[in-house]
Amino acid sequence: MAQKYIYLDHNATTPLHPEVQQALIEMMEHFGNPSSLHQLGRIARHKIEEARANIASFIGADPDEIIFVGSGSEANNTVLNNLACRSSFCRLEKQQRNEVITTSIEHPCIIESSKCIGERGTKVHYLRVDEYGKVDLNHLQELLSDKTAIVSVMYANNEIGTIQDIKTIAKLAHAKGALFHTDAVQAVGKIPIDVKELEVDFLTLSAHKIYGPKGIGALYIKRGTPFCPMIRGGHQERGRRAGTENTLGIIGFGKAIEMRRVEMTSEYQRLLEFKTILKNEITKRIPDVHFNGHPTDALPGTLNVSFAGAEGESILLYLDLEGIGVSTGSACASGSLDPSHVLLATGIGAELAHGSIRISMGRENTLEDIYYTVDALERVIKKIRKMSTAYKG
Amino acid sequence: MASTFEWLYSDIVKDHFLNPRNVLNDEEKFQADGEGLTGNIKCGDEMLFLIKVDKAKGIITDCRWKTYGCASAIASTSVLSEMVKGMTLEEAYKVSPRDIEKRLGSLPEHKIHCSVLGDKALRAAIDDYYRKNGLENKITKKEVHIVCQCMNVTDDEIENAVLEGARTYIELQEKTKLGTVCGKCKDEATTLLNHYIETHFGGKTQ
Repeated sequence: MAQKYIYLDHNATTPLHPEVQQALIEMMEHFGNPSSLHQLGRIARHKIEEARANIASFIGADPDEIIFVGSGSEANNTVLNNLACRSSFCRLEKQQRNEVITTSIEHPCIIESSKCIGERGTKVHYLRVDEYGKVDLNHLQELLSDKTAIVSVMYANNEIGTIQDIKTIAKLAHAKGALFHTDAVQAVGKIPIDVKELEVDFLTLSAHKIYGPKGIGALYIKRGTPFCPMIRGGHQERGRRAGTENTLGIIGFGKAIEMRRVEMTSEYQRLLEFKTILKNEITKRIPDVHFNGHPTDALPGTLNVSFAGAEGESILLYLDLEGIGVSTGSACASGSLDPSHVLLATGIGAELAHGSIRISMGRENTLEDIYYTVDALERVIKKIRKMSTAYKG
Repeated sequence: MASTFEWLYSDIVKDHFLNPRNVLNDEEKFQADGEGLTGNIKCGDEMLFLIKVDKAKGIITDCRWKTYGCASAIASTSVLSEMVKGMTLEEAYKVSPRDIEKRLGSLPEHKIHCSVLGDKALRAAIDDYYRKNGLENKITKKEVHIVCQCMNVTDDEIENAVLEGARTYIELQEKTKLGTVCGKCKDEATTLLNHYIETHFGGKTQ
């Protein structure tokens, strides 16, 4: 009875692209330390610089503007920790700018870092979002001042897929002399991004969201931007991130980006079509649903939907038993008592937040998967609602 | 071949989650002698429990339930519904979350608070039966006070834990799961812990 498992949790992580797997296998032979001067070192160095150039050009950057780090979370922590550093290396401190503006829907690595630097004397503001998860630009303008050191706004939200107007936000930040950072781990490789056109100072990337390996991320740092390394003790990454390079990860990341160049546009169209079908079928077949996130400014493969009277962890686990993997914003699945902070920020209320699931599609999904999922979802929601105290259908 | 990779919880939880027993079917017109509703949808859990009682013998003959909640909530209420049939009202009144957990073959620590609503709803249903039958005197007079809001742990349960051997705050946490979520109840729980140790064991605190 070994049936196919339908993986619909690509915003959590993705399977390795077969080409990436192949590149990793080939790279395993090249164990040399990229800092070594001998042949083995030079081979590794060459491969790394090739990957760096490839990733840089994919987002319109120059290779020396890209540093490799251990994850998207590390990149985000690095950017925010810049501000709390009391070292004389940090030019930000001398400018007397000591405030950060971020949003209420960021990934926990930004929110937790913000809280932490808040404890170290930096004032942190959290931007409001509207019902679709779009940042309130008036609120941003109210908060921006000559004290603002940096504005950090995620490009595309991991839970609801909403895409922000990054170019406008960066422009507003720069008009007040502040730096601008965007966590783009959910956006790079899914939608076209050009850092020069967006005029961002920092941009965070991650490999495992786009069919690359885990444990490797990158940070774009615009040339000339004040920067303080979080990990010191080596000349690697031009002194901006110490530690022997994760050669395998970097080569896998480079290959993943190479494949995105080929596949991104067609995958965008395909996933958008799947999402439209999914949304239409759910609306047609299941009553009392609420779609979360922006209807158009959103990632093509992400659909977040709440079911009245049905709790998210139950939905997730019944679907899991049907051979479908999704995620939920319910508190019960997270180990905390609060449902998703992103959904609460959009104002849908705790009950619908508890009843939400996120379907995030990817390159290996088929139209058949989508119809199978709708069938299963219809059965599961009916079953849960039948035993629910909270559904009077 | 069964492994934790295949299912998050125990096989018993899985079975009850997939095939919940005694769920109230709206069409069957179940004639309840007592009913209790506890929890709050905003917190992600709500439970309704209905009982049918043999009035002469004071025995629960049948029951039904409904819940808005996660897998643990569904499975634990389903198990509870099997446990209480045939129990006297007095026995059923004393069913604790730990009794349910034992029958389920344990739950992950952070999921136990999802399973504590069932017995509360059951007690509310029994109280409702007592009220409807002029037996108010049987309703536990002492207002039970919830000390730990997150895990729904009462002063009664702290007393029970002390009687079962808890002498330190950590032992109290292990027995009741109290204070394992937000931790706000630590001071009150410690005071009560010492109070019950004093009352029952003459103050042999370690």
